[in-house]
Amino acid sequence: MSAKINLIAYNTILNKEVGRFVRIWIQTLLPPAISMTLYFVIFGNLIGPRIGTMSGYTYMDYIAPGIIMMAVINNSYANVVASFFSAKFQRHIEEMMVAPVPNFVILAGYITGGVARGLMVGVIVTIVALFFTDIDVKHPVITFAVVLLTSVLFSLGGLINGIYARKFDDISIIPAFILTPLIYLGGVFYSIKLLPDFWLMISTFNPILYMVNAFRYGILGISDIDITLAFVIIILFIITLTTLALYLLQKGTGVKT
Amino acid sequence: MKALEIRNLQKTYKNGHVALKGIDLTINQGEFFALLGPNGAGKSTTIGIICSLVNKSGGSVSVFGNDIVTMSAKAKSSLGIVPQEINFSQFETCLEIVLNQGGYYGVNRKLAHERAEKYLNKLGLWEKRNDVSRTLSGGLKRRLMIARAMIHEPKMLILDEPTAGVDVELRRSMWNFLTEINSRGITILLTTHYLEEAECLCRNIAIIDGGMIIENTTMKQLLSKLNRETLVLDLTTTIDGIPEIDGYPIRKIDPHTIEVDITRQQGINHLFELLTENNIRVCSMRNKSSRLEELFINLLENNNRD
Ligand SMILES: Nc1ncnc2c1ncn2[C@@H]1O[C@H](COP(=O)(O)OP(=O)(O)OP(=O)(O)O)[C@@H](O)[C@H]1O
Ligand SMILES: [Mg+2]
Repeated sequence: MSAKINLIAYNTILNKEVGRFVRIWIQTLLPPAISMTLYFVIFGNLIGPRIGTMSGYTYMDYIAPGIIMMAVINNSYANVVASFFSAKFQRHIEEMMVAPVPNFVILAGYITGGVARGLMVGVIVTIVALFFTDIDVKHPVITFAVVLLTSVLFSLGGLINGIYARKFDDISIIPAFILTPLIYLGGVFYSIKLLPDFWLMISTFNPILYMVNAFRYGILGISDIDITLAFVIIILFIITLTTLALYLLQKGTGVKT
Repeated sequence: MKALEIRNLQKTYKNGHVALKGIDLTINQGEFFALLGPNGAGKSTTIGIICSLVNKSGGSVSVFGNDIVTMSAKAKSSLGIVPQEINFSQFETCLEIVLNQGGYYGVNRKLAHERAEKYLNKLGLWEKRNDVSRTLSGGLKRRLMIARAMIHEPKMLILDEPTAGVDVELRRSMWNFLTEINSRGITILLTTHYLEEAECLCRNIAIIDGGMIIENTTMKQLLSKLNRETLVLDLTTTIDGIPEIDGYPIRKIDPHTIEVDITRQQGINHLFELLTENNIRVCSMRNKSSRLEELFINLLENNNRD
């Protein structure tokens, strides 16, 4: 009985979340399509031929998985942080807090919403990529698992950011100052093998490196790092962030006074 | 059965402000209960704690025997909440808002639709069901929150100033709605600044001031405590000076109107005899303010003096 009630609550949150980003598709689905097209045109088409090959692939082919991953990460995060913060800001988060919705259901609803947007944007960017390059997925299961888990991970990050955020600025600080640098330095546009030893070592502390490379491995079959390690890292992060998010929801941080 | 039992409830906000200093309150099933108090008395804080939006600092609250902390799901399911401030999404339609709230309570979509139609109709919002909520007028927004609170048909409805800023007609129809659902057995707790509203709707009343309950009784008993009232008398004849009548302080408002203070013991018959003797003819009479209002002000004055 309780499972059924929880399922109804979960579906309600999920529908609301998906409805939200679809309703405002001009802000949520269109921009990544445009900016990622620009990446392909500028880095792939114009500059790429001058760079030559990377790890045996044309530059365009090499960056395509990274660009898809970048879009998935950004959009999963952005969806949850914006949605949760605006629910707090408009106070309709209270609708959920007064109802008997367990915290894990709230968490699951928001995370699935973030994953839905992340994957939808991933598909859109993949379609864009197909205009520029032939993507031939080498390991479909790994590809899907990596993109799904990464999307979950960054949706969790967005949720935690949304819980702590007090004003609109707070929802763009982490993406601008932490997420974007980590993504750009995470091997989206280059193989870390090109880096001097010191920076190569530093790069191995960047978790996004593992996700980008694991995804590239799924598609192209090449990677700078060990795939198993990548999965271990992603899953450890997911466990840690889930625990933290549940704790914060339980405490009512940012919501209850 | 006790619908609500509050024991020694305390709240100190993070900034150190003590909003509740240990209040006790019991509401029995089926009651229509008014919680009155001036601005900042702690009404919304109390309600916030009951519905899990505010963390308490001490004491306990149980709803139909279920502690709000240890049995929170059961406690929450039996409550419907109409908050003081608008708290629905500004971008959703009325119907979506009500249906989603049903979803959070685990009401399946089909049943939620039936109930949404029923309550949006009753509250005069069915025609506007597909309107985006931010386009509603203030009074309709409040009604939407009532419809939303009824979607899971709770055993107890808590309303925090539901009629603030609502015009007379809407207010009356809201009263009718509340009276009707109360007669069907739903317990109601209401806060209000309109004393007339409490007098007209509620059988039981508590008055809160400065985070303490200073009165908790039936409306009847409370009104019977009122010892002195001020009557306003409209005269058929004009008067020049202020008539002097033993035992009754009289003030002249204008040549056609006087005010008289009378106590319970004196009654009004004697006053009228004396007025007639003095050739003063009265064509109509009313209370200067609502009786509850006078009592309320007396109580608060006494509380502040203590
Ligand atoms: N989040 C908060 N942080 C600090 N103090 C608060 C907070 N919320 C309320 N207060 C204070 O607690 C006291 C009680 O507030 P509350 O909102 O419960 O009053 P109220 O009786 O509902 O008043 P009103 O009739 O104006 O709605 C007030 O002095 C208020 O300033
Ligand atoms: Mg209040």
